[in-house]
Amino acid sequence: MSVLRPLDKQPGLNTATILLVGTEDALLQQLADSMLKEDCASELRVHLARSLPLPSSANRPRIDLIVFVVNLHSKYSLRNVEESLHHVDATFFLGKAAFLATGAGRESHCSVHRNTIVKLAHTYRSPLFFCDLEIEDFRATMAQRLVRVLQICAGHVPGVSALNLPSLLRSSETPAPEDL
Amino acid sequence: MDETIAEFFKRTILKIPLTKMMTVLKAWDFLSESQLQTINFRQRKESLVQDLVQLCESKRASLHDAALLDIVYTQFHQQQKVWDVFQMSKEPGEDVDLFDMEQFKTSFEKILRRALKNVTVSFRDAEENSVWVRIAWGTQFRKPNQYKPVYVVYYAQTPYAFTSFCQLRSNMPLLLQTFETHNCTTPLQETLALDMHMDSRIIHENRIEKERVQRVTQETFGDYPQPRLEFAQYTLETKFKSEFHEGILAERKEPLRCLIKFSSPHLLEALKSLAPAGIADAPLSPLLTCIPNKAMNYFKIRDK
Repeated sequence: MSVLRPLDKQPGLNTATILLVGTEDALLQQLADSMLKEDCASELRVHLARSLPLPSSANRPRIDLIVFVVNLHSKYSLRNVEESLHHVDATFFLGKAAFLATGAGRESHCSVHRNTIVKLAHTYRSPLFFCDLEIEDFRATMAQRLVRVLQICAGHVPGVSALNLPSLLRSSETPAPEDL
Repeated sequence: MDETIAEFFKRTILKIPLTKMMTVLKAWDFLSESQLQTINFRQRKESLVQDLVQLCESKRASLHDAALLDIVYTQFHQQQKVWDVFQMSKEPGEDVDLFDMEQFKTSFEKILRRALKNVTVSFRDAEENSVWVRIAWGTQFRKPNQYKPVYVVYYAQTPYAFTSFCQLRSNMPLLLQTFETHNCTTPLQETLALDMHMDSRIIHENRIEKERVQRVTQETFGDYPQPRLEFAQYTLETKFKSEFHEGILAERKEPLRCLIKFSSPHLLEALKSLAPAGIADAPLSPLLTCIPNKAMNYFKIRDK
């Protein structure tokens, strides 16, 4: 079983690569476009995958950040992410993985409870973002944040590393890992 | 303008009830908005008709335009006619013809003209990918009789054609044959795989899987628009099954019932888009994809 590991490849010069994992290709595509519109000193690469494991490829650059996208309107998308998580090495969850939940704005369409995704992110000790990707302005803001997080994960921001992220991005709702 | 054509215009416009006059004329789309405004629609019908005919004359309206007006009138008053429906059957082993509306129209007209010298054929596209054909019959020596036309309404991609009652019964076999012998093989327009992901900084890891999903979807649903369906209903009746043969549910004699109803402005197109959108796996459940084949949208699922 192939497992993604964060440090198994050499980093590219000034390159930061993000992997978006989610079933709804159109949303991932839009988010990727928004991210690439951002002004960024680093060379960005966005990989889109429906699920993990990825098809084997030696050409793939080192992945600095994985974002698992769950559409709260679809249990199918949640299940897909849950299964994909098994193919990720545990060391990714030291700040190089995050969850993004979309669709919370339309509560009546949600078939995945907010708490479910909160618990999932908590289990994996990873940050959770809520953003309705269908709305352009929200998506643009989210893209900005993700680019910044990605730069940190790629080591392009002096003084901050991925290890700082879980505590920096912790929401006030979730208890700190030390408290458990 | 030819006297007979003017008379034809007069009689056709006279048929239109005053309440529908504006609607029909607008749908006909031959007289412009500004031209219609020059007419007094409140006068007596005979005078109104005279004014309209004069306006058509000044615009050099042809027999073809008059025929189109006749079609529009009939479309608005379909219920006045008695319609027959014919189903075309395919010989086993025949390939499914790929349908091109324009080619259909040209060859349909050609075939009819070859068979009968004097015939007026007019086409008007209508909703739901259908076409109305108006045929005025003549004989070898007589011009077509514009007052006894036959209408055929054909819905593309279906084997059904509707025809209005025709007194000249002898012409019907020819008409129907024209449909069946119509051979339209057009090369399937190559669907350009729009590479919207022009940005080379975006890499699709599961491209192969995406292509597989597209292929499976195309195999299941085809390339053309789906028939319009608004809902499908599934009722399930089953007994509770479990390894533990105890408990209230296992002992229940009555089967468990469940009803699922899917509704949508265009259900089959929605189902077709599920897998490519990443909302469902491909291939879809045969319970969903069998709807067009079985021509059913109410299903009862029972234990065997």
